[in-house]
Parts: sequence; C-alpha cells; structure tokens
Amino acid sequence: MSKHYDSIIIGGGHNGLACAAYLAKAGRKVLVLERRHVLGGAAVSEQVYPGFTYSVCSYVVSLLRPQIIRDLELPKHGLEILPLECSFAPAHEGPGLVRWPCADTTRREIARYSAQDADRYPEFGREMAKMARFLKPIIDNPAPDPTSLRPKAWRHMLKLARPFKNIDERKLHDFMKMMTMSSVDFLDEWFESDILKAPMAVSGIIGTYLGVRSPGTAYVLLHHYMGEIDGAMRAWGLSKGGTGQISMAIARAAESYGVEIRTETSVERVLMRGDEAYGVVLEGGDELHAKTVVSSLEPRLTFFGLVGRKALPEDFCDELDRYRLRGSSGKVNLALDSLPEFKCRPGDGLHMRGDIAIAPSIAYLEKAYDQAKYGQFSERPYINIVIPSLTDPSVAPPGKHVMSCFVQYAPYHLAEGPEAWPSKREAFGDAVVDTLEEFAPGLKDRILHRQVLTPWDMEKDFGLTEGNIFHGELSLEQLAFLRPVAGWAHYRTPIQKLWMCGSGTHPGGGVMGAPGWLAAQTMLKERAV
Amino acid sequence: MPRETPFHERTRALCETYRWKDWSGYHAACSYGLSPDREYNAIRQGAAMIDVTPLFKYDISGPDAGAFLARLLVRDVRKLKPGRMSYLCWCDADGKVIDDGTCARLSEETYRLTSAAPAMHWLHRHARAFDVAIRDCSDSIAALALQGPTSRELLRQVCDADMDALRFFGLTETTFAGGGKGWLSRTGYTGDLGYELWVDNDNALGLYDALLDTGKDYGAVPVGLDALDISRVEAGFILRGIDYIGANDAMIDAQKSSPFELGLGWTVKLNREETFIGKDALTREKNSGSRWALVGLDIDWLALEALYAHHDLPTQVPHCAWRSGIPIYHDGRQVGRATSGSWSPMLKKNLALATVEQNAAAPGTELLIEWTVEWSREMVPATVIKTPFFDPERKRA
Repeated sequence: MSKHYDSIIIGGGHNGLACAAYLAKAGRKVLVLERRHVLGGAAVSEQVYPGFTYSVCSYVVSLLRPQIIRDLELPKHGLEILPLECSFAPAHEGPGLVRWPCADTTRREIARYSAQDADRYPEFGREMAKMARFLKPIIDNPAPDPTSLRPKAWRHMLKLARPFKNIDERKLHDFMKMMTMSSVDFLDEWFESDILKAPMAVSGIIGTYLGVRSPGTAYVLLHHYMGEIDGAMRAWGLSKGGTGQISMAIARAAESYGVEIRTETSVERVLMRGDEAYGVVLEGGDELHAKTVVSSLEPRLTFFGLVGRKALPEDFCDELDRYRLRGSSGKVNLALDSLPEFKCRPGDGLHMRGDIAIAPSIAYLEKAYDQAKYGQFSERPYINIVIPSLTDPSVAPPGKHVMSCFVQYAPYHLAEGPEAWPSKREAFGDAVVDTLEEFAPGLKDRILHRQVLTPWDMEKDFGLTEGNIFHGELSLEQLAFLRPVAGWAHYRTPIQKLWMCGSGTHPGGGVMGAPGWLAAQTMLKERAV
Repeated sequence: MPRETPFHERTRALCETYRWKDWSGYHAACSYGLSPDREYNAIRQGAAMIDVTPLFKYDISGPDAGAFLARLLVRDVRKLKPGRMSYLCWCDADGKVIDDGTCARLSEETYRLTSAAPAMHWLHRHARAFDVAIRDCSDSIAALALQGPTSRELLRQVCDADMDALRFFGLTETTFAGGGKGWLSRTGYTGDLGYELWVDNDNALGLYDALLDTGKDYGAVPVGLDALDISRVEAGFILRGIDYIGANDAMIDAQKSSPFELGLGWTVKLNREETFIGKDALTREKNSGSRWALVGLDIDWLALEALYAHHDLPTQVPHCAWRSGIPIYHDGRQVGRATSGSWSPMLKKNLALATVEQNAAAPGTELLIEWTVEWSREMVPATVIKTPFFDPERKRA
C-alpha cells in the first residue's frame, strides 16, 4: 500500500521538523524520515551515560526565531529556554574575567585589567546591537540577491535595506569594516586587554577553519549580538532537558498538525523521473512517493549522496565541490561526580552558571590555530564550556553535573587523513581534559563518564559532512544569496520538486530553525506544494 | 519600622543586593541577585526558598471551630478532612471580598486560616456566639514556601513525612531536619509543584540551614518577591491590594469586588442550608449577573514590536512583573483596567490580569491596552485568554 504525501522531508533535525510543521500547518500531508532512533539531528539530547542527559552536539541557543516559537506554539509543546547568566574567562594568573548581566559589576571586572576597556565595553555592546538590528531582517527573509536584475529581487532588496536609511555614514563605514576585517583587528580598535578580547574574538571563528586573525571573521561577531531571548537582545540560553528538547517541541507541534514522523528509516536515494523528483527509496528498497521531496541534509550529502552527480549540471557539481565544509571542532561531554572548581576563582559561585571560555589570550588562540593549519588537533584548544545541570537540575542526578565542552580546533582533515580520527579520539579527549585540568585542578578525578566526538564521528553519526557543525562554513562567500550555491539560494534545486531546508541554506547554521521555516514559506508561496 | 522574620539572620546575609521591601510590617527580600531570572528559574526548574512569614496566620480551635468558619467563609470547611486544606475567600454582608487565603484543618477541632491582611477583629466580631478559641500565630509561626519541580525530592531528604501520600492541598505534621516539628502543606502561590513549611520561630533557622545545605544538590536557592510575582501572574493568582481592594480597605463601594468578579466564584458554595456572611447578596448576584470579570490578557507581541519599531527601538519588556493599573479599551471606550502583568518566560507571552466589564470578558475578545513607548501613549491589541496561563501537570501532582 502506498500512501501519497504532499511532501517527504529527509532528516528529522530541527530544520526538517520546522519545515514539516509549517507545511502541515498549511494543510499539507507531510512525512518526516529520520535515520537515527532519536529526532533532532545535531540538536539532540541523549542519555549516553545513565542518569545524565547530554546535549550531544549543539548545546546553547540564541537565534531560535521568536516567530517560530510563536507560530508553532512551542512552549505548549514543552520548549523551555533558560538564560545563561554570565560569561567566564578563566586565567592562569589573576582572577580571570566574568561578564555579568549587570553593567557596573562587569565594568569593575574589566577594570582590573584595563580601566579604558571597562568604560568602552557598554559602548561596544550598544554599537554592535545597533548593527545587529540591520542584519536581523536578513535572517528573517529569504536571501536578497544583489546580482539579480529582476524587479522583484530589487524590491526585496530595498525592503531589507530599509533599516539602513537612518544609519549615518560613519556607522556604514564601521559596518563595511566589519564585513572585511578579522575579529582581532576589529576588536583591537576598541580594546586593549587580552582576557576581554580573546573570548570575544572566538565568536568569529566558531565552526570555521579560520583563525581569529583571518580576514572576514569580524562580521560573525555580529551574529552573537543578534540573538535574543524574551526580547532581550544578545542573550544566550539553554534548552531545558538539553538541546534535543527544542527538536522534540517542534516535532510535537508538527505531529499536532498531522505530520507523520518515522525514525530509524534511512533514505537510500531520491526517486527521479527525468530531472524531476517524485519520492524516495528507503534502505531495503521500499519506495515512498510524494509531490515534493525536501532534504534537510547538508547539501553535498543531499546531492552527491541521494541524487547523484550524473543527474546534476556540471557547474552545480563544481560549485558543490568547492563548497567549504572542512569541520574544525569537536565536542567532549562529561558526567561529573561533583562541581568543578576553577583555580582562578574558587568556590561553587555564580560564575559557573553561564558559559566558560578557555581562551586566555589571543596568542593562545593563534597557537591553537597554528597546529590545526598543519593538520593536527590543538594540544591546548579553545574550549567553550557550559554546565547545564546548574540551571537545569533535570539533566543530572542530585549533586552531579554535566559539563559540555565545545572544542576548537579539531580539523577534519588531519595530516594523516580524516580516517585517522578514530585512532586519535581518546588522545584528543585527553588533550581537552588536560587543558581543563590546568584551569580546574581536580577535574579529572570528578569525571564519571566521557564522550568524545571528533569531526569524523560527527560526519558518521550525525551526517555533518567533514564534521562541519553548520552544514558549511558561515563565511561571507557562503552566505545569503551564495548559500549553498549561487543561483540556488532560495531552497530550490536543479532537480524539479526537490527542495532544500537545512542549515546549508540561508540563513545558515545554529539552532535558528530559520532555514526550515523559510523553505516552507517559499514552497507555499510559490505553490510548489 | 518593619521587623525581621525568623529567617532574617540568614536571608540578610544572602541578600547581597540589599533590595528589600515592606510586606505587612516585615522586611521582605525583593531579589537576592541582580536580576530575577535565576530566582524565577529556581521556581520553575529547581526549588525556590521563599520566606512567606508575613502572611497572617490564625489558629481557630474548639468544638464550634468548624461551624464558626463555615459561617465566616464562602465554603464549608467542615467538609475538609483533617490533613486537608482549601483555598477560599471571605466576604462582608454585601458579598464583597474582604480577603482571600487558605484554610487548613489541622485536626478534628483545629483549623488554621491564612490571610493577606490582618483579620483578628473580623474573626472576633463573629466568634461571640461560638465556642471557639482564636489564636493569632502570625508572629510566632515562621512560614517558608519551597516551590519548584525538585522540591519533593529535596523534602524527602529533610523531613520524615510520607511525601507520596501528601497530595495537592494536603498537609501533615512532620519533623524537619534541624527544624524540629512543624507542618508541611502541599500548597503554594507559584502554580508549580511546591510546598509550604510552617514551623515555630525557634526552629526557623535550623530548617533554613538544612534546606540550603541539602538543597545545593537540588537547585534550591533563596528567592525573593520579584520572581514570585512573575510566577504568580503566570499562574493567574490574584493579589489583594493589587488586583482587588479588600472590602474593608475600600474608600468607596465602587472599589469593592465580589468573588464572582474576581474569578473566585468556584470557591463560593451557595447550596448550603446554613447561612454564611454575604450569602444573600451573593445569591442575588449569582442570579442577576456580575458587572465585572477578572480575565487574562495576551498582549499582541507583533503589535508591540511594530510600535517599538515605529520609534526605531528594539522591543522591550519589563524585567519584572508590573502592577500599575493600566486602562483597557473596547469599542472606543474604557471598559476596565489591567492590574498586574508580566512577560512570561515559560510561555513566551506578554501577559496581564485585568478587570473588565462582563461584555468584554469572553475568551477571544479583542481589547486594547494602553502601552507607553518613549513617553508616547499608544494602544496595543490584547486578547482575552483563559487563566491560569501556566498550568503544568506537576502543579497538582
């Protein structure tokens, strides 16, 4: 018996689910197929070690679009976002730096290192927030294409450019600078103290194979000022029950609109008649038919994996070959017997309730990058830590804790080749723990369980090609009308009736849900489904 | 000058912000930290320790205790079994609400009434015909609310009560670790899983220390009134003096409200043979209809966003709950006022409690609420929605 669907969505990550929910809400019959036993893709929570819930990959949330939360009534379906309270940068010498949600306390913290930086910090925040507001319409709309000559494209451009009309020239200069400079150069124009600049500079390189001094990394800083929680700009949060709960809330919303979701169902390939898709073949040979097929997978995986080069135009294949994935990060999740203690700031105080950045200086970050350039993981990497069990006791037994560590650099392309990763996994895990031990002595003895994810594991287990957490680097040449491939930035593909809705499309990666939402809107608007 | 509650020695040290207010003549902490976020999250994710000692507490005992209270209160508390508790209100002879609170049946002949305002005179005035003893234990019993999803597991560690047997609105006598004997009730003002702990003043600090110490593993933290206010708005709970004026505090009749007008009609049991204070007036109002209704409002976020965008500003919502009266309009005229409201971190909605005319009170009705942006008075649509806004299963579990 073959049911007929309006849309089959490949991949039950948060974008696939969001796309499905919007299509079904508009009355379409939708099926979501997920390869793994759990939904969420890289936005997933799993009890890898009994009693401890890990946000296995993605671990913080900021850019999840408020309109998606509203439209899909996600709070009703279990979404709870808990704000991260501060940012802590531990140091080898001195007290380190904590940026608090209180301007005066933060000013005094920074003033220990530089009185001038302390005063400029709030000014910087305001300027960044202003600039971020110009960008916000861009992530909430399909990508504008300045190279197009169609009047419709121009009208769209003008609409998105509206916020710029009140901007004064100097601001525009700053903005242009930001689009081209490196994180460090840009921050150097504002600040002098390393301990402040280093943790800020890394925002520009997360998920890319670039260093903090690489040109073009400055503008990614803005992304971090675009986030909002409860109307508060630049706020970051955790999802209760781990990041997977975001996906689960979207899944429950989708099901409430009638979406059918099948887990442990692998798609072998997209079914095609000529250059038109009409369904999928499952592993095992079963066929499922639909009017449209939407892939939330990483673009190279979608086209080379499920469609095949033969069915695609040469130019498109060339572009995809050039599409930069080259993952550069890993993840280490720890179950702890008790709360760690940082040497520079002892005690179990509030400073551990936000994110903790192991980025003591710009030189430290550059050194970490140097090793990565030549195909090694950093022996002393940048680590971004959160301890979600402090704000959300439901993820660990009483008194125990979960420590989530995002680690960069762990280049997919090791000098020995990516296949060497499995044999280096534990050495990589040791490097992370050894680094942490220097800042938080005694941590090793508290570890009950350790999960190490290398870029290789992310590719194999989560379909993140080359271990890229964003389905493609968020660098300027791969964003907006260029994502994933110029000319194919509006969720359409060279295959008729095959669409894209994953992080490899505009506006990109992160737990935003925007690609899934925008893909569904575009499909509905163009009456494709 | 406000006095100190029995927990003050601890709360004073913990309240590093020095943000206090006067609650019924006691120093009460508004927030221990710089923003109410963390404390609010303790209510919804961990366990919040809230000093609620300033509530007024009266123990009423004697052979006529039940009959006396049945006469006074809108529901017949004799129907409560010992170890059960009820939320209710009481009215004047005109059927206007004087106060709302809880009544617990501690034993066959002993009840404990809590109120927001002092009630000693009201109790005594009506007690003359009954064989009862009234003891004002407001200043001798320390009360601590322990609210949040981990509160039950935490209490298993710090008292000997049978936690699984203690159901919603039940109470039991128990021995607390470090706190001696006291009462534990499955009640609260947050709309979450939670308890209230009642101990003699002398035992307050011991209990507080035990909770704070064991509570570390359960996300238990001291929580102030700012966070409590956000949670009670989400829970749709009204507050005397804010959402309504107690009948004996009103300057004019128009300031008074009936239980029906406050959404407390469900607590009024008119089908009792004996009379109770306000029964005749309430029966009349029940038949003829009420003028006002207390409703929940969902303030339109997109309209708010548009309003702020018009001023070239990002949308802002207050960090704390607000409690200033704000005019509400419908069909071009004012039909009521919002009395308190808050951004709901749980529901991601901008909510308010409002008193409006009956014909504007049906769920789904589109009203307008005044909203001031950049000193400019504007109107924003707000939809009448059902309360409680936030109603998790664990609230009754």
